[in-house]
Amino acid sequence: MNAPDNSPVARRRTSAPHTSMFLRMLVRAAVLRRGRAAAALLAMVVAAAVATAMLNLYVDVQAKLRHEFRKYGANVVVVARDGQSLPANALATVEAALGSGGGIAVPFAYAVARTSDGRSVVVAGTDFAQVQKLDSTWWSVTGWPKSAHEALVGARAAGVVGGAGNAFDLSFQGRAIRLNPVGTLRTGAAEDSRIYVSLADFTAWTQVPYSTVEISAAGSPQEISAIIQRLGQALPAAEVRAVRQVTEGQANVLGKMRATLLVAAILIILTAAVCVLSTLTGWVSDRRRDFALMKALGASGRMLQSFFAAEAAALGAIGSTVGFMIGVGAAIWIGRANFHAPVSPRLSVLPLVLLGGIVIALIAAIVPISLLRRVQPATILRGE
Amino acid sequence: MFLRLLYESFRRQKRRKLLAGVAIMLGVGVATAMIAVATDIGDKISRELRTYGANLIVTPQEDTLDVEIGGVNLKPPSDGAYLNEADLPRIKGMFWRNNIVGFAPMLPVSVNLGDGKNMTLLGTYFSHHVVFGQQDFVTGVRSTHPWWKVQGAWPDDNSRDVLLGAHLAAKLDRTPGQEIEIAGEPRRIAGILSTGGPEDDQIVAPLALAQQILGKPGAVRRIYVSAVTKPEDAFARRDPKSLSPEMYDRWYCSPYAQSIAFQLQEAIPHSHAEQIRQVAQNEGTVLSRIQGLMLLITLAALLASALAVSASMATAVIERRGEVGLMKALGAGNLAVAVLFFAEAALLALLAGAAGFAGGALLAREIGRSIFASQITVQPVLLPVILTIAVLVTFIGSAAAIRRAVKFDPVYALRGDV
Repeated sequence: MNAPDNSPVARRRTSAPHTSMFLRMLVRAAVLRRGRAAAALLAMVVAAAVATAMLNLYVDVQAKLRHEFRKYGANVVVVARDGQSLPANALATVEAALGSGGGIAVPFAYAVARTSDGRSVVVAGTDFAQVQKLDSTWWSVTGWPKSAHEALVGARAAGVVGGAGNAFDLSFQGRAIRLNPVGTLRTGAAEDSRIYVSLADFTAWTQVPYSTVEISAAGSPQEISAIIQRLGQALPAAEVRAVRQVTEGQANVLGKMRATLLVAAILIILTAAVCVLSTLTGWVSDRRRDFALMKALGASGRMLQSFFAAEAAALGAIGSTVGFMIGVGAAIWIGRANFHAPVSPRLSVLPLVLLGGIVIALIAAIVPISLLRRVQPATILRGE
Repeated sequence: MFLRLLYESFRRQKRRKLLAGVAIMLGVGVATAMIAVATDIGDKISRELRTYGANLIVTPQEDTLDVEIGGVNLKPPSDGAYLNEADLPRIKGMFWRNNIVGFAPMLPVSVNLGDGKNMTLLGTYFSHHVVFGQQDFVTGVRSTHPWWKVQGAWPDDNSRDVLLGAHLAAKLDRTPGQEIEIAGEPRRIAGILSTGGPEDDQIVAPLALAQQILGKPGAVRRIYVSAVTKPEDAFARRDPKSLSPEMYDRWYCSPYAQSIAFQLQEAIPHSHAEQIRQVAQNEGTVLSRIQGLMLLITLAALLASALAVSASMATAVIERRGEVGLMKALGAGNLAVAVLFFAEAALLALLAGAAGFAGGALLAREIGRSIFASQITVQPVLLPVILTIAVLVTFIGSAAAIRRAVKFDPVYALRGDV
């Protein structure tokens, strides 16, 4: 060993920093057993991806389903109290109380008019653009009015005034109007017996202001009751109430769906964890000869454990991060395919998945190591 | 010899086999439970959505226009046609009778409370006993309008007691137990009704009382029907008259809102039945979203299960290199080794798969009981399907590992250098 060392290997050995031995062992272990390491990493990635997608869905499903439930139409109604009318700025007040993006508010005005043959029919004035947003799924309409003096006729009212194309006359307190029906409306409820015109036409004709504002408010039940309270304070002359038919059904279904999804998420994550556990256990016990060799060369038990633990932790961290990205992709795809709405990736899920991945990897590594620690290196090296 | 090898392998490698078995069991169990929940969830959520109330309405065929604003009927009470109360039980004789959750007849009449102002009194069933043939069932607003809340007690359908809407009660300052004069006669107030709808300003009474006030025994203005339906698709919207006989049978025998409305029209003479689109249409969208979601979740569960099973099988095979070496050294061919491993895998998959199926069925039942408060039954038909999947997944999972094991050179394998 006194001869001058100038072989490339020796030079590299002396110049290499001492601390890198640990890292080198980590890297070489993965590189030399590419197949097994890749299998373990793959298991980790898939498990993390499935867990991420499930957690993302679990967090997001409330918002997504709530969006679906808003298609049921108004969940809050503001009506004038008996014998009073809503203040002229009621709609603006409601919109201010809802805030931006907080919901849709649609005014409705009602009057009973007479047809030319003397029959009574309810005429409603409203904002057609807003109604289309509020009741998009269940108002089955053949054509929406676009210009003045055009009307939307309910399916049953059409039997009284005639269908699309036949202009008809209505009178209210001596004032007459000629309306041109451009479409029929079918809902299966009270709307079928009404004739709808634009609010501008309606007030010009009857001078009756709107008496009802239907609101589809966004948010959880708590948020909606807060909105109801705000509206009640802003409009003391009006009565504000929740449409219980809509709000209660929603709470019911959402609660059950959330519980089902939680159970599903737990089960699936558990299964994925078992997959990771058995793959990693296999990988570590596969390397018992490395373990025995290191021990025979004088490594302490603690050093060995920290080595395997570091290896497992690195695997867990890399696998979870890659899996997280794939899982977010899957969640986005599910949002598009099933709910036709984008799902925003939840970064808050990342630490959870990362921690879970590392913990499972550590458990998978520690169990076989502590079993092996009791065995003499010689026995393992002999291949028994 | 083959059987002995198989038997010994299970006897000696108990821990290993148990581990792989547990993985298969867990995987199969989760898959079974998720499939069971996913196939049943449509029905379960559909029943939950019945909280939205009736999705079908039956009115007289020659009905005149409703002149109604905010739930107040402005039409003279004598106006309009009526349905016959005696026809109501026939609803339970329809093809889809088991999908009918409940129905409630309604008869609004105008009454005078003695102060000159006209009020609407709504006659209906609360929870009325109806008998049709052998069947005896209870129906009324308590099942079709579950969001109606009563402070006090629900009146008996055979009594002459009434419910007072919450706003009306506040205006008149009445509490349950007091009396109110309706159409010249005092009636007991059984409870205060709050609905969040127009009924808050009305009086709700047993149907017979409304008929008596109107002077038309057996008259019903409309019937609300709450039915469990299937989401609407293009086929549902077809006109039954334009369908060929086979197509018509298929349409008639599918629980679409349209076909149930059609059957209601057949059951009740001179009636017109229609879906209440606000409820029926949205129910369809919500249902199809939830079913789609459950389908994806079931796929995720199957994927996770397949991975867990194949991972544990691969580990189990690789650990037995030494054995493979020995068998080969003693003259076993590649085929014999592979057959042995596959037989082991199949046996393991069948045993653990059956156990997992039982566990999954239990799990599904538990989910049904705790979340939906009703039974989720796992179809026995599922067992062979699940077992086939379990065996297939186990084979696929162990195939790569078995191929590697077969390729081992016996010399290296026995020395332990692989």
